[in-house]
Amino acid sequence: MTDLPVLILGARSDMGQAIAHAFAAQGHPIQLAARNAASLDAVRSDLALRHGVEVTLHDFDVLDSDGFVPFLDGLPALPQVAVSVVGYMGEQAQNEQDLNKASLVLRSNFEGPAGILALLADRFEARGSGTLVGISSVAGDRGRATNYVYGSAKAGFTAFLSGLRNRLAKKGVHVVTVLPGFVNTAMTEGLDLPAKLTAEPEEVGTAVLKAVQKGRNVIYVRGIWRLVMAIIRNIPEPVFKKLKI
Amino acid sequence: MKLSGWGRFPQVETEVRAPRDEAALRALVTGDRPVIARGNGRSYGDSAVGAGLTLDMRHFNHMLEFDAGTGRLVAEAGVLLGDVIDAFLPHGWFPLVTPGTRLITLGGAIAADVHGKNHHVEGSFGACVDWVEIMGPDGEVRRATRKDKDDLFWWTLGGMGLTGVILRAAIRLRPVETAWIKQTTLPAPDLATAMELFEAHGQDTYSVAWIDCMGQGAHLGRSLVILGEHAKLSDLDPKKSASPLDAGHKRKLSVPLDFPGFALNRWTVRAFNEAYYRMGVWNRGEALVDWDTYFYPLDSVLKWNRIYGRRGFAQFQCVIPLASAREGLTELLQAIADAGAGSFLAVLKRFGAQDSAFSFPMEGYTLALDFPMKSHTLDLLERLDAIAVAHGGRFYLAKDSRMRAETLRQADARVRDFEEMRETLGLKARFASAQSERLSL
Repeated sequence: MTDLPVLILGARSDMGQAIAHAFAAQGHPIQLAARNAASLDAVRSDLALRHGVEVTLHDFDVLDSDGFVPFLDGLPALPQVAVSVVGYMGEQAQNEQDLNKASLVLRSNFEGPAGILALLADRFEARGSGTLVGISSVAGDRGRATNYVYGSAKAGFTAFLSGLRNRLAKKGVHVVTVLPGFVNTAMTEGLDLPAKLTAEPEEVGTAVLKAVQKGRNVIYVRGIWRLVMAIIRNIPEPVFKKLKI
Repeated sequence: MKLSGWGRFPQVETEVRAPRDEAALRALVTGDRPVIARGNGRSYGDSAVGAGLTLDMRHFNHMLEFDAGTGRLVAEAGVLLGDVIDAFLPHGWFPLVTPGTRLITLGGAIAADVHGKNHHVEGSFGACVDWVEIMGPDGEVRRATRKDKDDLFWWTLGGMGLTGVILRAAIRLRPVETAWIKQTTLPAPDLATAMELFEAHGQDTYSVAWIDCMGQGAHLGRSLVILGEHAKLSDLDPKKSASPLDAGHKRKLSVPLDFPGFALNRWTVRAFNEAYYRMGVWNRGEALVDWDTYFYPLDSVLKWNRIYGRRGFAQFQCVIPLASAREGLTELLQAIADAGAGSFLAVLKRFGAQDSAFSFPMEGYTLALDFPMKSHTLDLLERLDAIAVAHGGRFYLAKDSRMRAETLRQADARVRDFEEMRETLGLKARFASAQSERLSL
């Protein structure tokens, strides 16, 4: 089981690297995919030396859908687990005014990740095994004024993962949806986040590993987010629309 | 934000930045404020608290190359010593030199040129360093190597981060057959006996003494001298030798809150020390202990610095040259016992000879202990400074949080050269910590 490779899409991110460490520590070979992958050489050597596993680097651009098939064909082996950590938040103020910026957010968080996972899903289905993991976001649970462009892209991705899970449930392929909540990463650097609600990337790594091992469907990294989002989802719209959250 | 070292004193206002790559680091190093690199924050005082900016180097934590033939590791400065052990002990390698915690970065180990229980045989951490790569005041990265008699290399060992930002280093590990240590505990009823034991065991790989600094009169300096050797495969019983490089994992405790200030006083410490010494006498002789217990007993209690309460504590560590060691240590211990201020974490160790540009160790005896921050603590520490200076001793900057600039100059003639080097290379305005400002380095 442990010699089966794990593919990380978006390996430049703190979360992607933490997930790679969690699986490598179990003995899995790792395929790191990102733009300009050669610049991840220190990450590659670090994973290989700490965990004694094979680690390979692969150029991958989530905005280049024509490149998806050649990218998958170029992998040394079809992975057993594929994790999409790709995401881009942008600035809400710009996203709501500038169509190009909004489009970049929608493509980076929804269209691109859904596209590559769809191709992987077909190959996993043909093989009859594998796990797809999508890192989505609690921001997709309900649109809020402060980040609804990013949130709506994640909502689309969450729905896509749910549908994919439904389609593949009887085909031996499992789909995990991860809703991390706040995570202490490059993306959130400088933001004033509440400590109790903010996970370290390593917690995400451990949570994803566990979810894959146990075949969980939808996970929040810190349990408290399940409660927080249940409350936010259940506020009646007439009230919600007047809130500043 | 307010930032301090492991001793939680002093708390200094600084701005912390955590660059993720060399370009971001370069922008900070060549910016308009002086900087100091910080690793895992285990130096006790204000060595790693920036006078302007503090650079949190923990994103630079990648291992880059390992030569399984020679045991040479190339790694970024933010890699923890504990990570090195986790990665390479299963393959039969262990750090050549380690201090009493594995929760330090390689950069910090080099900057403080830390020492361990094998200093008398193998020297300080610098002994295992082949080269370091340092970002200088112009933002350029230079490799300084041991071989080339490169001044920058030697000034960087023990240079407290004041020669630039250490980015990467090549260090040599030692081969070991097992993850176990053969430990021998020898009780010493007084200082003279403890020193005789150190002198008699100069060939043992590891030696250190826990010293009861509350001992008075005939008990002054009573100690438990603890020797150690890496156990060989043949030293293990069949059960352990099945997986000799795996000593298992210990459960970690954590100190959940600050102890109140009165929790540690002369009576509780005296009672603890009495019990601890008797336990040592009871358990004297040989034992087989795992590497974690032997080298890092305090690491198993996370956040142990909280037992000293909210006000924090100060460490005192000096080394007294061999010729005056006995006299100097006696005076120091007497002053501590008179003040009734001792702690239970007091350590005595024999250093071997060492040539260095600015590192702490020299041949002699080193005494290290901590004091909870109370109203008279700073006065007592000044008295101890004076005793150490009077006996030709000098001080460990990684422990210091309050020394005067004049005291440092009285104790260490090398300070003037260090300052001159900083001036000449244009380092003074670029790299500065709260400590370097206080000591005007």
